[in-house]
Amino acid sequence: MAKKRANAETMASKQREISVSEFFAKNRHLLGFDNPRKALLTTVKEAVDNALDACEEAGILPDIEVRIEELVAPASASKSGRYRVTITDNGPGIVRKQVENIFGKLLYGSKFHRLKMSRGQQGIGISAAGMYGLMTTGRPMVITTKPRKNKPAHHLELAMDTSKNKPEVTVDIETDDFPETSSGTGTRVVIELEARYVRGKTSVEAYLEQTAIANPHAEIVFVPPDKAGEDPGLEDASEKSPERERGAGATDEIDPTESRPGADAPGSFDAEIVRTTEHADRIVYPRAVDENPPETSEIKPHPYGVELGSFLRMLKDTPEKQLGGFFKREFCRVTPAVVKQVCDAASVKGKTFSGQTWVKNIDHASAEKIYRALQEAKLRSPPTDCLAPIGVRTMLAGLLKGVKAEFYAASTRSPAVYRGNPFQIEAAIAYGGDLPADQPARVIRFANRVPLLYQQSSCCAFKSVLETGWKNYGMSQPRGSAPVGPLVVMIHMASVWVPFTSESKEAIADYDEIRKEMKLALKECGRKLGIYIRRRQRMKREGQKRDVFERYIGEISKACEAITGTDAATLYEALMKQAKRRTEIADAVLDEDGKIVGFKDGNGRLDGDDGVIILDGNGNGNGGGAPNTPGKKPGASATGQGRSDAKVAKGSKGKQGRKKGTKPPRSREGLIETGPGNNEVVESKPAEKSRKKVVKKKLVKKKVRKKVRKKRATEGAGLFEGG
Amino acid sequence: MAKKTTKKPAGKKTSRKTPTRAGGAATASRSRGGSWAERDAKTAEAIRGLADSIVKSSLAGREPKVEVPTRSSANTKWNKSRGILQMGSARQERQLFNLGQARKFMQTLLHGQGINELIDAGKTLSLRGMYYKGLHTIAGTGGKGRAGEKTFDDQTESDAILEDLEVTIGALREELHVFAKKRGTMVGNITVIDNGDEINCRKMGTGGYAVPSICEPEVIQFKDVEADFVLHVEKDTVWQRFNEDRFWEQHNCILTEGSGQPPRGVRRLLHRLNKEHGLPIICLLDCDPWGHYIYSVIKQGSISLAFESERLAIPEAKFLGIRAKDYEACGLSDDVQIDLNERDRNRAKQIMAYPWFAENKQWQREIKKMLSNGFKMEVESLITKDISYVTEVYVPERLKAKDWLG
Repeated sequence: MAKKRANAETMASKQREISVSEFFAKNRHLLGFDNPRKALLTTVKEAVDNALDACEEAGILPDIEVRIEELVAPASASKSGRYRVTITDNGPGIVRKQVENIFGKLLYGSKFHRLKMSRGQQGIGISAAGMYGLMTTGRPMVITTKPRKNKPAHHLELAMDTSKNKPEVTVDIETDDFPETSSGTGTRVVIELEARYVRGKTSVEAYLEQTAIANPHAEIVFVPPDKAGEDPGLEDASEKSPERERGAGATDEIDPTESRPGADAPGSFDAEIVRTTEHADRIVYPRAVDENPPETSEIKPHPYGVELGSFLRMLKDTPEKQLGGFFKREFCRVTPAVVKQVCDAASVKGKTFSGQTWVKNIDHASAEKIYRALQEAKLRSPPTDCLAPIGVRTMLAGLLKGVKAEFYAASTRSPAVYRGNPFQIEAAIAYGGDLPADQPARVIRFANRVPLLYQQSSCCAFKSVLETGWKNYGMSQPRGSAPVGPLVVMIHMASVWVPFTSESKEAIADYDEIRKEMKLALKECGRKLGIYIRRRQRMKREGQKRDVFERYIGEISKACEAITGTDAATLYEALMKQAKRRTEIADAVLDEDGKIVGFKDGNGRLDGDDGVIILDGNGNGNGGGAPNTPGKKPGASATGQGRSDAKVAKGSKGKQGRKKGTKPPRSREGLIETGPGNNEVVESKPAEKSRKKVVKKKLVKKKVRKKVRKKRATEGAGLFEGG
Repeated sequence: MAKKTTKKPAGKKTSRKTPTRAGGAATASRSRGGSWAERDAKTAEAIRGLADSIVKSSLAGREPKVEVPTRSSANTKWNKSRGILQMGSARQERQLFNLGQARKFMQTLLHGQGINELIDAGKTLSLRGMYYKGLHTIAGTGGKGRAGEKTFDDQTESDAILEDLEVTIGALREELHVFAKKRGTMVGNITVIDNGDEINCRKMGTGGYAVPSICEPEVIQFKDVEADFVLHVEKDTVWQRFNEDRFWEQHNCILTEGSGQPPRGVRRLLHRLNKEHGLPIICLLDCDPWGHYIYSVIKQGSISLAFESERLAIPEAKFLGIRAKDYEACGLSDDVQIDLNERDRNRAKQIMAYPWFAENKQWQREIKKMLSNGFKMEVESLITKDISYVTEVYVPERLKAKDWLG
């Protein structure tokens, strides 16, 4: 025995408490700092999430600026460089004494101990980022925060003692050097770190873009490293005042699309599209809705979501004396009736419980009995005012901003419950337009409005996309994979507690209830897409048909003139009018100006559906070949007429749509249309009988589908309310 | 190439003469001119009526359409008592606002316009000429490096439209001032007056008289018909053999050939010789489904031209050979056998099933025999016996024995 074995004493000398910060310093991948590329993203993400949460809680419309400066460029593509990340918000600021706790301590925050929908949950994010920066560069985190309007800001530099999970304040001064924000308050965080700036699917840019989609109420300005030095004057200005910068953007900086819609009618969606704009020195994700998401309330835990251990601890910690009071204080949905029911169920001979039972008298075995009875009891589902879904219109506004497509649909499911936690699933899709047609659909996932960029394939949201039968909706879908086509799928899960698969919050865990809801939401969108795609195909067919007719009508009029002496131009116009009438469906799209056709309120083409926007960007259609122009210039007038015809068609289409279920209006043969003003001539008369049949069939189908949808909606609500 | 050039002289000739006709001057030699003018007026009227109905419905906001009698086997009826094929009453609507018909609709009107012009100018054009007449790029198509859409893709398309037009307005092709490429040859004891020129078919040398595409009485009259019958052979090569051997002189007949499926001109000529001069028509064709069908067309008329059967079909026409039995009867060598392929067999069975063959026991036997032989034979196969076996032995013997199929 050359070596002396350790004994209990020697071992005890080495045994000591492990600080949380120390643990995470060694296991930084758990928090999303696996590699320099991801470290940069995580840092930005944590800061932006915190900023958004703070702004919303304070009722301030968020203005956030993210600036990344490259201090030392990476030596090679695989190495990391040194970056400075500055995130400025217009949030409520932080009172002086909390600064070091919030930024310098892991597991310190307001969000862990409550059940409330918010972006952050655990309170590790930003302090971990600061810790990472300190570890890789030795530079402390710099925080400037201005909690009060007319007072100077606090300027702090924070280092962190990882072994003690304790912040060290190295600089603590008051300063006036804080940009003027719209709210008069705000916070700026500067972190220097070893990192690598990249572009692509998991980049800071992608994260901000998606954040902007899910948070259209926020205005985000991003200054990436390659733009940071672009224009010193502007840079200076923006550093001082993001407000001023935004003002400059609105006044002289180009782009009318940047102007805010809805200023006059808050909450309502303006017809103008707000789009992301890229400038020489920054990228602006403008605000698309001028209203913060509704404030959510905190909820007490629902018994179904509480495990025995927690239950016992709650029983031990409660200040209430009696069982009835305990239930009332600690849980939601446990009414006195339920308490009685649970107590009766848990009672056995000799040992009975009631609301008056003293909590301190309940032993372990009895507590377990009560817990079991509670789990068995029929309880109402938790309240849902704790959830703030993005909402159909807002999702559409977000997608419109970030994704250039032609068809947008969104749907919000009714709230549902997994393990006692209420949650709500939303889905939206964007189709067509500039999206690549030959690649698998892009799936963007959100949890409480935070984009999830990593671990797509293990995420419940992605799986639900794979499991949805997109072929039913006119998309191609290889077996077991995402649909292929110009499609972006957005899935959002709102919940008081989003079940992530890991601490780095990258993928949503796969609960059956969640996946089911996701699939239902996708199906709702898919159905709308299917209708649109089919309609588009039909419009395309009609458009092609019109082209064919138009080509021949010129020849025919000329031939008829040669034979009978009838004026070819007159004949041409008469025939073109007929051709237009017969292929009218094509018009509805072809003659649009490429602007919004409308939301579903009567103008859109999917009957009475709010969750759909259709843009027509490709105004090519039928204008291609110049029409034949025998005699005078019927070509020009014909086109002009087509345009106004289309408007009529469009306007009355809604009417028609509503009527559709009952009886398609007969077109009247033999009547001479009086031109663009005539609203009567709407329904295109199918040229052949067979097509008439098809149309009728379609109507019937639609009717059925509507019914089913309605039924589903009520079922969904019932499921939730009934528990 | 040949198509374009062959008709030149004839075209010139007509155009030379017709202006007077169109001018309406009632000059001497126009006893037939009167009838032409009537026919022209009728045709022009029909075309105008067609266009008028289109204009009317267009201006009234109704769908313009043309009713075209269906030219398909389904709409072909076998008139048993008369022994000819006739077109049924089925009509097809050709609509402008129907994707599948729009182009044909346009083409129908283009040709209507062309024919209208021809009638006005008193000129005639070949089928190919009509194709070029209607051919142009449709305005508004093409550009940007793309070729525009042509009114006609090829002559076939144009020909079909002309046939449609014939049945639609109930006019014959010649009444539309359109003629086909000349095909077919004639020689024999007959004199023909072709557009006023007397042609003695006994003195046609080795080439023979080229049968024009229009053989109406107004253009072609017969004179000195001394022949006893007409021997129609399938193709030029066989015809040459007979002509060189002066067969028509020795047997006092007329010798014609139709270069395969005989064109309308030849069929009209045979029809008229048969009807006007009572000459029996004897056919010498190959022993294969193709030859059988040529006979069928001569005898009963064809499906696509069923509407003209009455002026083309010759129910009395006889099929002299080659017969399926001839391989043994003439002692031919194995070398002349050409194996029936799958298509031949199917076609033979199809022909057997035609109602006008189905009830003919002789023909049922004949085709069955060919099928059981498993091979077909051409007329030329007789050359293996002797160069002039066909003219000196085969045909004379069969004629004498009246060994033919009817």
